[in-house]
Amino acid sequence: MYKYDEYDQQMVDTRVAEFRDQVRRRLAGELTEDQFKPLRLQNGLYLQLHAYMLRVAVPYGTMNSAQMKMLGDIADKYDRGYGHFTTRTNIQYNWIKLEDTPDALADLAKVEMHAIQTSGNCIRNISSDQYAGASADEVVDPRPYAELLRQWSSFHPEFLVLPRKFKIAVIASEIDRAAMRLHDIGINLVKNDAGEVGAEFYVGGGMGRTPFVAKKIKDFVPIDQMVTYAEACVRVYNRYGRRDNKYKARIKILVHELGLEAYSKEVDAEFAHLLTQPIEPPLAELERIQAMFVDPAFETGLSDDLDLSDPDFRLWVERNTFAHKAPGYVIANVSLKPIGGIPGDATSDQIRLMAELAKDYSFDELRVTHAQNIVFPHVKKNDLYTLWQKLEKADLSTPNLDTVGDIIACPGLDYCSLANARSIPVAQKISERFGTAERQAEIGELKLKISGCINACGHHHAGHIGILGVDKKGKENYQLLLGGSEGADTSLAKITGPGFDEDGVVDATEKAIDVYLANKQGDERFLDTYRRIGMAPFKEAIYG
Amino acid sequence: MVDVQFRFRDDEAVNDPAVTVSAFTEQSNATAVRIEPSDDARDLLPSLDRLALVEVAFPAWTDGRGYSSARILREAGYTGELRATGDLVIDMLHHMRRCGFDAFAPEKPLNTSDAEAAFARWENVYQATVVDGRPPIWAKRHPA
Repeated sequence: MYKYDEYDQQMVDTRVAEFRDQVRRRLAGELTEDQFKPLRLQNGLYLQLHAYMLRVAVPYGTMNSAQMKMLGDIADKYDRGYGHFTTRTNIQYNWIKLEDTPDALADLAKVEMHAIQTSGNCIRNISSDQYAGASADEVVDPRPYAELLRQWSSFHPEFLVLPRKFKIAVIASEIDRAAMRLHDIGINLVKNDAGEVGAEFYVGGGMGRTPFVAKKIKDFVPIDQMVTYAEACVRVYNRYGRRDNKYKARIKILVHELGLEAYSKEVDAEFAHLLTQPIEPPLAELERIQAMFVDPAFETGLSDDLDLSDPDFRLWVERNTFAHKAPGYVIANVSLKPIGGIPGDATSDQIRLMAELAKDYSFDELRVTHAQNIVFPHVKKNDLYTLWQKLEKADLSTPNLDTVGDIIACPGLDYCSLANARSIPVAQKISERFGTAERQAEIGELKLKISGCINACGHHHAGHIGILGVDKKGKENYQLLLGGSEGADTSLAKITGPGFDEDGVVDATEKAIDVYLANKQGDERFLDTYRRIGMAPFKEAIYG
Repeated sequence: MVDVQFRFRDDEAVNDPAVTVSAFTEQSNATAVRIEPSDDARDLLPSLDRLALVEVAFPAWTDGRGYSSARILREAGYTGELRATGDLVIDMLHHMRRCGFDAFAPEKPLNTSDAEAAFARWENVYQATVVDGRPPIWAKRHPA
């Protein structure tokens, strides 16, 4: 894992001091709320419906147990004893007091954490594959490259007030687990015929009210030019991205309106120029970072056998674990989606327990996933049953990864000042409706995603089933979408037809699932069946 | 014209009236030009040597196009005064310096001690920008 040196620590400490000063000026009345707003937003502080919300960055989703423990302690000390893990692999606290925020940030800085650029029109937390460094299918560990880009994008003097927010994902696997093609810039690390690592660049993806799948702009940027190429992409966006309408300000609109070819031509010209400038860190810097991401000391000669005689354990193993690259180890997922619970929420006790378990059973490491779950990346199979028993006692052993119960949901109108409708109650009702293990097993993989407004924080465009909450004449109304996907086969979901009330959309979801079950062939997932038979039979069942 | 509140140059201040970018390209004797956010700074590159002052307008500080304009001019070798004018805020001053601005004329004068603290705030920086000449952190980690 990355470890701060004196420079990284100084940057974070300086930011805390700066933010403390901004809060002081705000509380003293030297800054109006209008002036303060863009400043606090650069530091992850939102004013929500009921209180301030603080969003803390978890760079590329990776944490050690001391960091995780601090997240639990902050939930107790400054909030109401829980936190909410987000689709940007961050955590947010919903009940923070403005005057407490500098102290909360100072506590975070003690464990090399921060809230830098977790909001605002700047380059946001860089996300990656939650199985990085643990799965066998990766070309390289993408996290050192993400860290290189984290440093480049932190306080980048030219890119702090872009037309709109800017999200980057870095992966290194054909199996895209990070929704890479739904990012402003997606980077897939690949090897060329000579075995050299380079960056395949995608641009212009994103959800929101006008979703686009990112387009490939470069097959192979040499790795010692990756930062410079990213700089060229963002500079062209900063200069030409629309600023007249915030709903058309994301890079996806620029790429769409200019066309990929014209945008790409601009980037190439800028890239050629920037290569003459001292933008790119030397390879020695990448190597310095890579040295901190070496594999933990895996034991050798371990058995791959697991005693699956406990049926509940067996179910969890089948559903929530993933093959590890090292023999005798496994990747274990903790679902933060208990039946009827709030997706992504964890109590301070649960957070501290997961910290403790990571220390004891996963080489001190945890990951946050964009599906709002937690991963223990390196668990010895010998320890798996003990780990599971401890999770079970804390209500953290729900065996529903990637099933209909593993819902992504935004905070919605329960918290968010932008929302048109509540997301959480819909998620809870669906989770309960399909809650039994039998029902989930019958349905299999089904990614269901709920957003409480068209900003699409709940990724509804990318759901096999998506639900979008809208406001219809003052009432909450929910539209149903089908056929989205966020992996290597990224596609955007299509709307079925007129919307429903809260219970109506749960019923419509069930009807859609029944159509799938009635038509499924062989091992088809919901998405496969939908792609084969098309929208018509679903529409017929839902509205006919 | 608003007053320059902070200036990081030793030469004589330029007080020529700044003309628009389109007027400048037609008016061969002007030595001062004003860039609006929608102007293309590259239009000035052929005539940088006769420019003594470039004003970059920030009608709203949240419009960041002026940052790219500044760096483009400096990267092309412009050495004259680069003045930020308009809606300037204390917390961005340091970053503006890094993009190449060396004079600041805020619409509403800024609190001097807060501004001075802001200019001096960041002892180290992650990026290399040729324009401020500061070694980035990676260069300090890997001295040549």
